[in-house]
Amino acid sequence: MKSGKFWAWLTFVLGAAYFFIPLIATLEFSMRMKRGEYSFEAYRVVLGDARFQESFTFSVVAAIFTIILGVLLVVPTAYWIRLRLPQLRPIVEFVTLLPLVIPAIVIVFGYIRMYGSSSPLPFLASGLGTNALLVIGYATLALPYMYRAVDTGLRTIDVRTLTEAAQILGAGWTTIIGRVILPNVLIAVLSGAFLTFAIVIGEFTVASLLNRPAFGPYLQNMGANRAYEPAALAIIAFAITWGCMSLIQVLSRFAPKSANRPN
Amino acid sequence: MAEPFLSIQHVRKSFGATTVVQDFNLDVEPGEFVSFLGPSGCGKTTVLRMVAGFEEPSAGKIVVAGKDITRLKPNQRNVGMVFQAYALFPNLTVAQNIAFGLKVAGMSKPDADRRVAEMLDMIKLPQMADRYPYQLSGGQQQRIALARAIAPKPKLLLLDEPLSALDAKVRVSLREEIRSIQKKLGITTIFVTHDQEEALSISDRIAVMYGGRAEQVGTPFEIYNRPATKFVANFVGTLNVLEGKVTDASAGKVQVNAQEVSLKGKLNGSKSGDTLSLALRPEAISLARQPGHDTSLSGEIAEVHFLGSVIRVRVGIGGNTVSLDTFNNSTTPPPVVGDKADISFSSGDMLVLH
Ligand SMILES: Nc1ncnc2c1ncn2[C@@H]1O[C@H](COP(=O)(O)OP(=O)(O)OP(=O)(O)O)[C@@H](O)[C@H]1O
Ligand SMILES: [Mg+2]
Repeated sequence: MKSGKFWAWLTFVLGAAYFFIPLIATLEFSMRMKRGEYSFEAYRVVLGDARFQESFTFSVVAAIFTIILGVLLVVPTAYWIRLRLPQLRPIVEFVTLLPLVIPAIVIVFGYIRMYGSSSPLPFLASGLGTNALLVIGYATLALPYMYRAVDTGLRTIDVRTLTEAAQILGAGWTTIIGRVILPNVLIAVLSGAFLTFAIVIGEFTVASLLNRPAFGPYLQNMGANRAYEPAALAIIAFAITWGCMSLIQVLSRFAPKSANRPN
Repeated sequence: MAEPFLSIQHVRKSFGATTVVQDFNLDVEPGEFVSFLGPSGCGKTTVLRMVAGFEEPSAGKIVVAGKDITRLKPNQRNVGMVFQAYALFPNLTVAQNIAFGLKVAGMSKPDADRRVAEMLDMIKLPQMADRYPYQLSGGQQQRIALARAIAPKPKLLLLDEPLSALDAKVRVSLREEIRSIQKKLGITTIFVTHDQEEALSISDRIAVMYGGRAEQVGTPFEIYNRPATKFVANFVGTLNVLEGKVTDASAGKVQVNAQEVSLKGKLNGSKSGDTLSLALRPEAISLARQPGHDTSLSGEIAEVHFLGSVIRVRVGIGGNTVSLDTFNNSTTPPPVVGDKADISFSSGDMLVLH
C-alpha cells in the first residue's frame, strides 16, 4: 500500500518535471533579455512588433472563419446522422479521423496541385481564394475535434423526439436546427470552437506552404533569427492555448440540464 | 352519421418485410375522444405517427376534415402531439416552450403572450412561466407539453402514452384533467395507452388493437360488456373462461362440467358436440342466488382472498376456475376453502367467445 503510493507520487513528480521544467526554463530564459536582471523586455519587443500584431490578427480572423465553417459543416451533418442515418456513423467517424492520420503537408500539397492557377478551380490565383483555401484546410484539420465535441453534445439530448416535437408544432429545418438543436449543443460547439482556435493559432505547415502571413510562420521565422523573443512567443502561445482549454472547462459547467428525466 | 372529422381508411404500414399495421380503418367524429388500447408492439404508436405525418402509410389514406393529408409533412398538418417523454425544449422556459408553435406560425408577440398566459391558466400552472423544464416535476412537464400542443389551436390532438412515465396518483388526476380540457375545447383527440382502466375511464370510444388491426371499435360500455373477439374479451377487464360442450345446438343447450346451461340464440354456427369457450365477468356472478339469475353451477371453494371491502373468491367447477367478488359484511364470515358452493348468474351475461 505504502510503496504503491510512493511509486504513484514518483511517477507524478517525474511527469510534472518533464512537463514543467522546459516551460520554466523557457520562461526564465525569455526574461533575461536585459543583461544581469530579470525583465519583460522580450515581451515588450514582441508585442510591440508590427509583424506580430499583423500575423496574430490574421490568424485570429482565420480561426473565426474556420469555426464558422466548421459549425455550419459539422452540426447539420452530425445531427442528420443521429436522426436519420445512424448506420453511416462508423463511416463518418472514420472520415473525421483521417486528418489525424494524414499529415497536413500531404493535404496542402494536394491543394496546391488541385487548385493551382491553371486548374479549373483556381483558388490559389488570388489572395482571397488562397485565404479561403487556408480556412477550408484548417476546418479539415479541426474536423476530428469539432465532430467529436458536437456528437457528444447531441448524445445528451433526445434528438429524435425533440425534432418531432418541433416539427409537429410547425417548424421547418432551419428553425429546428437554429432554435432547438444548436442551443442545446452550444456548450459542446463552443468547446469544439476553442479547440479549433488553439489549432489554428499555432498551425505552421498549411499557412507556410500557402504563403499566408499567419502567426505560425511568424513564430518559426522569429525562432530561426532571434534568441529571447522566440522564448517569449512560446510562452504567449502557450498561455493562449491554456486559456482556451480553461474556457472549455468553465463553459462545460453551464451545460444545459437534460429535459428527459421521466420519474 | 355525421361527416367524420378524421378518417383512417385501409391503412397499412410495413417496415421492410414485416407488416406492423394492416387494413386499419377508423372514423372519428368531430370533438370525439378515441383511445387506442392494445398490448405492446400491436402498432398503436405506428398508426398515431402516420396520423401525425412522421411515418408514411404503405397503403391507404388519412383524411382530416374532408382533405387527404396522407402525403402532407408533419409541420403542415396543424396537429398537436404530446409525447411519452414530454419532449419539452430544455433550452427554453415554460412560456417559451408554449409560445414555440405560435412564434413559428408568425403570431405577434402580444397575442402570443396572451395565449401563453391563457394556456398556463388552463393547466393551472400560471406561476411557472419562467422556469426551465428541468425545474419541474414529471406531471408538471407533461401539463406544459399539453399546453404547448394545444396553444396553436390544432385541428387534432394526438397523445402517445402521455401518462406512462408518471406515478399512479398523478396519472389518475392528469388523465381527468386531459379529458376535461379536451371536452371544454371540443378538440378531436386520439389517446394511445396500454392501460385498460385509463382507456375505459376517459374515452368516448376505444379501438382495441391487436397484431396491427383494430379488433373492435366501440364505447367503453360496448367493449367491456360485448367484446367482439376472444382477444378483446381477455384483454379488457378480468374474465372467467369456462369450457362448455354443445349438447343440443338447436335448443341452445350447453354442458359445463356435466351441468346444463341454456344459451338460447347465442350459439350461432355451432353444432352439437362442439366445444365452446364461455366467458363471465366476475361481477356477473354471485354465491347466493340474486333476482334475475336463472342459472347456477355447483363447485367447490378453491381460494379466498380477503381484500378489505371486497372478498375475492375462486370457485372450482370441474377443470374450470371462476373468480368472483363479494362485499365484506361484518356479520357474515367469509367462505371457507373446500366447502361446497353454488355460483349463480344470468345466462344472458354469459358470452360465447369465437
Ligand atoms: N421504424 C421501425 N422499423 C422497424 N420496425 C418498427 C419501426 N417502428 C415500429 N416497428 C415495429 O412495429 C411494431 C409496432 O410498433 P409500435 O411502436 O407501433 O407498437 P406500440 O403498440 O406503440 O407498442 P408500445 O405499447 O410498446 O409502445 C413493433 O413490432 C415494432 O418493432
Ligand atoms: Mg407505442
